[in-house]
Amino acid sequence: MKKLYLDYAATTPTDPKVIKAMLPYFYKLPGNASSLHEAGQIAKKAMNQARKTIAQSIKSEPEEIVFTSGGSEADNLAIKGVFYSLDYPHQHIITSKIEHHAVLYPCQFLEKQGAEVTYLPVDKYGMVNVVKLQQAIKDETVLVSIMHANNEIGTIQPIKEIGQIIKAEKEKRKKNKNSLPIYFHTDAVQTFGHIPINVNDLNVDFLSASAHKLYGPKGVGMLYVKKGIKIESLIHGGEHEKGRRASTENISGIIGFAKAVELANQEMEKENKRLIILRDYLIKKVLDNIKGSYLNGHSEMRLPNNVNVSIEGIEGESMLIELDAFGIYCSTGSACSSATLEPSHVLMAMHLRPEVAHASLRFSLGRWTKKSDLDYVLKRLIMTVNRLREISPLKVK
Amino acid sequence: MGCFDENSEIMEHFFHPRNVGKIDNPDAIGHVGNPKCGDIMDLYLKIKDNIIIDAKFQTYGCAAAIASTSVLTELIKGKSIYEALKISNKKIREVLGEMPPHKYHCTVLAEQALKAAIEDYKNLASPEP
Repeated sequence: MKKLYLDYAATTPTDPKVIKAMLPYFYKLPGNASSLHEAGQIAKKAMNQARKTIAQSIKSEPEEIVFTSGGSEADNLAIKGVFYSLDYPHQHIITSKIEHHAVLYPCQFLEKQGAEVTYLPVDKYGMVNVVKLQQAIKDETVLVSIMHANNEIGTIQPIKEIGQIIKAEKEKRKKNKNSLPIYFHTDAVQTFGHIPINVNDLNVDFLSASAHKLYGPKGVGMLYVKKGIKIESLIHGGEHEKGRRASTENISGIIGFAKAVELANQEMEKENKRLIILRDYLIKKVLDNIKGSYLNGHSEMRLPNNVNVSIEGIEGESMLIELDAFGIYCSTGSACSSATLEPSHVLMAMHLRPEVAHASLRFSLGRWTKKSDLDYVLKRLIMTVNRLREISPLKVK
Repeated sequence: MGCFDENSEIMEHFFHPRNVGKIDNPDAIGHVGNPKCGDIMDLYLKIKDNIIIDAKFQTYGCAAAIASTSVLTELIKGKSIYEALKISNKKIREVLGEMPPHKYHCTVLAEQALKAAIEDYKNLASPEP
């Protein structure tokens, strides 16, 4: 049976070119980058080169890149790293209701440690309101963390505008002699390697990314930390990553990460054009052919590869299970897919009606998605919807 | 295949649900769940001399919810309402086989649908002469 992987937002297959670049660093070149001998120095040199490639891709400096085990660790390092670096008891953090749990849970954790957190609402397209964000800033605000693009609905946030606001706030504090810093973190796990990022344009102080979302290996990510900012390490045990993250560096992973970034940069412009055409094709076909279907997220400020639709009258997980049986892999924000029985916090924050929130399907496209794949998905999806609507007591007008 | 075993009873009943639909002039209806929690089950019964002679269902919910109601209709058909009342969510789980604990509520909801239907029948049934 045909297998169609349409869950690239969950993780991407590792590009064979990336695997090839990584392979020597498992056996042939076994060095620990901290070792003084030749093998160690080869590893160190390769790692430095990789760091440079990744830094350049976001217009930053190599020493501003801290390698981590992935996006979740990078988010944790930014949020907790700031909190524990400041000797100030009543820190205020601003984030949004639709962040990844790797941001929300550390924020909730810090609330127990005495921090105050504002969770900003979003509009029906999943967009953070910049005015509300600005109003939420207080003298005690030390960190604003807003994701670059949402992983479920693909909405791209106004990071550049928010960056301007934080920059103005920094200047205001300098004038007012408020010595408490305010930093801006963005979780760019869904955008890094997918849409162009320039940390100077965005005015961000921290940026999280993960290799396995851009055809790199799992288990490696990075946090961009703007020069001059001190953060507390979460892992103590050595001076790796300039004291910001102890642990023997994952050389093969880092090499793979850099190779993935290199490939992404080569193909980004062309690939995005291709994906946007495919994305809009699938969205239009679903909306045209399935009565009671809706697009979730923003129609334009949207990741090139994200299709998220709700199909009224049917619960998302049942659609997912049936599509899975026909070799189509996608994901859902429905409650049944989670242990909590609550629909996804993102769809709830957008105030979708519960029956719409429970009926969402996300297809995320990627490097190996073809138009003919989408035609097959549409055909199968229509059959699935018809069958499950027969079973459902909810009738679609 | 994904989170359920391809050959499991859950998949069998999900892909080939028994007794889907409504009954015209049913003797009892059990309606449980709501869109908010993501599951709705409508159970229709035809009852004669306290025997369930027909049962049909419509379910909005996940694969386990659909399978649970399908199994329920098979278990109760031909049984007296008193026998049917003894069918618990555990019995449905026995038929469906292994499932993750967060899916147990689907079988509980199916049991509730049956109880609601029989309650409905008792309320409607005319008192004994």
